[in-house]
Amino acid sequence: MSTVTSKISLKDRFINLYSEKSGEINKNSSALMNSFREEAVERFAKTGLPRKGTENYLYADVESIFGADMEKYFGERKISLNIREIFHCDVPDLETNLLLLVNGRFFNNGQMLKKMPGGIIAGSLAQASKEYPDLVRKHYGKYAGNSEDGLVSLNTAFAQDGIFIYVPKGVKVEKPVQIVNIMIAENDLMAQHRNLFIAEEDAEARIVVCDHTLSAHRFLTNSVNEIHTAGGAKLNITRVQNEHNGSSQVSHTFSRQEGGSELSSITISLHGGFIRNNVYVRLDGERAENNTMGLYLTDKGQFIDNFVHIDHAAPNCCSNQLYKGVLDDYASGSFNGRILVRRDAQKTNAYQANNNILLTDDAKMYSRPQLEIYADDVKCSHGSTMGQLDENALFYLRSRGIDRREARLLLMFAFAHEVIQNIKVDALRDRIDDLVDKRLRGELSRCNNCAMQCG
Amino acid sequence: MLIIKDLKASIEGEEILKGINLEVKAGEVHAIMGPNGSGKSTLASVLAGRDLYRIDSGEVKYNGEDLLEKSPEERAKDGLFLGFQYPIEIPGVSMVNFMKTAINEMRRHRGEEPLSASEFLKKMREKKELVEIDSSLTNRSVNEGFSGGEKKKNEIFQMAMLEPKLAILDETDSGLDIDALKVVAKGVNNLKSSENAIIVITHYQRLLDYIVPDFVHILYRGRIVRTGGKELALLLEEKGYEWVRKEEPAGNE
Repeated sequence: MSTVTSKISLKDRFINLYSEKSGEINKNSSALMNSFREEAVERFAKTGLPRKGTENYLYADVESIFGADMEKYFGERKISLNIREIFHCDVPDLETNLLLLVNGRFFNNGQMLKKMPGGIIAGSLAQASKEYPDLVRKHYGKYAGNSEDGLVSLNTAFAQDGIFIYVPKGVKVEKPVQIVNIMIAENDLMAQHRNLFIAEEDAEARIVVCDHTLSAHRFLTNSVNEIHTAGGAKLNITRVQNEHNGSSQVSHTFSRQEGGSELSSITISLHGGFIRNNVYVRLDGERAENNTMGLYLTDKGQFIDNFVHIDHAAPNCCSNQLYKGVLDDYASGSFNGRILVRRDAQKTNAYQANNNILLTDDAKMYSRPQLEIYADDVKCSHGSTMGQLDENALFYLRSRGIDRREARLLLMFAFAHEVIQNIKVDALRDRIDDLVDKRLRGELSRCNNCAMQCG
Repeated sequence: MLIIKDLKASIEGEEILKGINLEVKAGEVHAIMGPNGSGKSTLASVLAGRDLYRIDSGEVKYNGEDLLEKSPEERAKDGLFLGFQYPIEIPGVSMVNFMKTAINEMRRHRGEEPLSASEFLKKMREKKELVEIDSSLTNRSVNEGFSGGEKKKNEIFQMAMLEPKLAILDETDSGLDIDALKVVAKGVNNLKSSENAIIVITHYQRLLDYIVPDFVHILYRGRIVRTGGKELALLLEEKGYEWVRKEEPAGNE
């Protein structure tokens, strides 16, 4: 229901912004990305922003987040800080191919696209769609395009750049590719970027994504990721969400998996005021395997919302969702996990678990499993728990001389580790163990030597 | 070392301990026996600081200090150890991390430096041999997937690692085969010294063939109704708990 007021609606504010800025948006992007905008704006005009309380956004109040008065810019901007100097990822032994996104745009002095041995391409999506239009066209908008989520249309309309990663057939990327999303500005700022990862047949890659804020302003990110894993490809993605608590982000990840492919993604949410992660996976070929996991450790007024949709469209596939969280203070959150098994997807194995520890009476968590099964020969399970720390276990630890606080930490850490142990990059796993330990201790879990403090 | 005076404790309004009196001196081994439901485990839990129970009256002095005022971890740091009747499984907390944390917390309490990694591993190795615990068990999460016997051995292993002044073993012998029983006894006898004391809570006389007590107490309906030497255990074995029931004067509910 919309009410007639003298104020212009939020939806129209974005549409007007697009009309006003489309020239500048197009000028600073690529023809390919531009060709999707008009239709996206039309879609957005029909749907508007998701409303709190509707089926897919029961608890997330997107409108109030997107309604905040924030700067958006679409042209080139000289970032006055030398990011290379203030940001050093200090994960020891984590040797990566580093890609920087600053306020949603690829950041590199000169080289916009790295071409690595074996035909691997990594860098700016806008640049890639100029240099390799056929390759990008084959995938861009193909997985996210049908989304009825107005925020996805909004992203398609405005996104000018993002990260592009291409791994050719049979090629294994030895070093993990690390993407660092940095938000830095002199005003409150909203940015929307678009990533596209393509792993061709039997390709293998590990991707690490870190979200950071480097200035104390309020930030909002609305990002879309499209991921294609062709037959037999193996892709491993670890994401660390560590923005400061004045920031908000909504990310939409659409993955398409062909036969025999393996896609594992783990999202660790430590800091960030408002986090909504939408994950859509379609298992499109036989014997594809998907692991989608998340760990969230929140406190104060943080809000975390994981929305997962696994679509079993082919037989003999396996999917496994594991989401665990510890909520302190008056933090709140939601987990919505949907498993759809289509009629022909026989012999599907699909599992889902969501376990939560609420440390206070004021912390709130909503957990909602949804199983929709149309095949008759499938194995599906789901489980959801809400609880406090086990008093018997606490007493056992304390009876050995371990302080209550330390005993609680040991138990929380053990709880969290079940997710962390699935991280396939050893140096990163150790580092995340360390970050999680610090987070649980209430120490600042900065994971870089940046001058600013995230958290 | 330990003086319990007229200790009364209840859970959810039901009185379990109805006035316990007990004195344990350094160098002594005490056995507390009694039928199911007599309050043996409650006594052990109350001494270790489990907050499920309400202390209604009485006092407990441990090395001259008020034990009941202290938190479970303070009691442990002061050298009190409880061997659990039902050890808790803690998935995700490794035995190594658990023991390292416990030992170093205690060392810190005594003003000592934490053990180095190699010192710690050496100690682990020694104590594992002593209690004949399978090496792989200490690489796992605390008690997770351990058999009943392994869990009990693990209690003795922890006791050996922590070297307490007063060890209270709550039915550590129950459910053990004779070999495991001998290992438990070996661990206990190894701890025994003129400076330490041990309270063995047991249902059966069997364990006392291997751990020779200086005193045997019979706990019945929340009271110690009889105290004697090791021969009391044999008498109890011969006559059964029926004998205690008959001996106990009526009207003592």
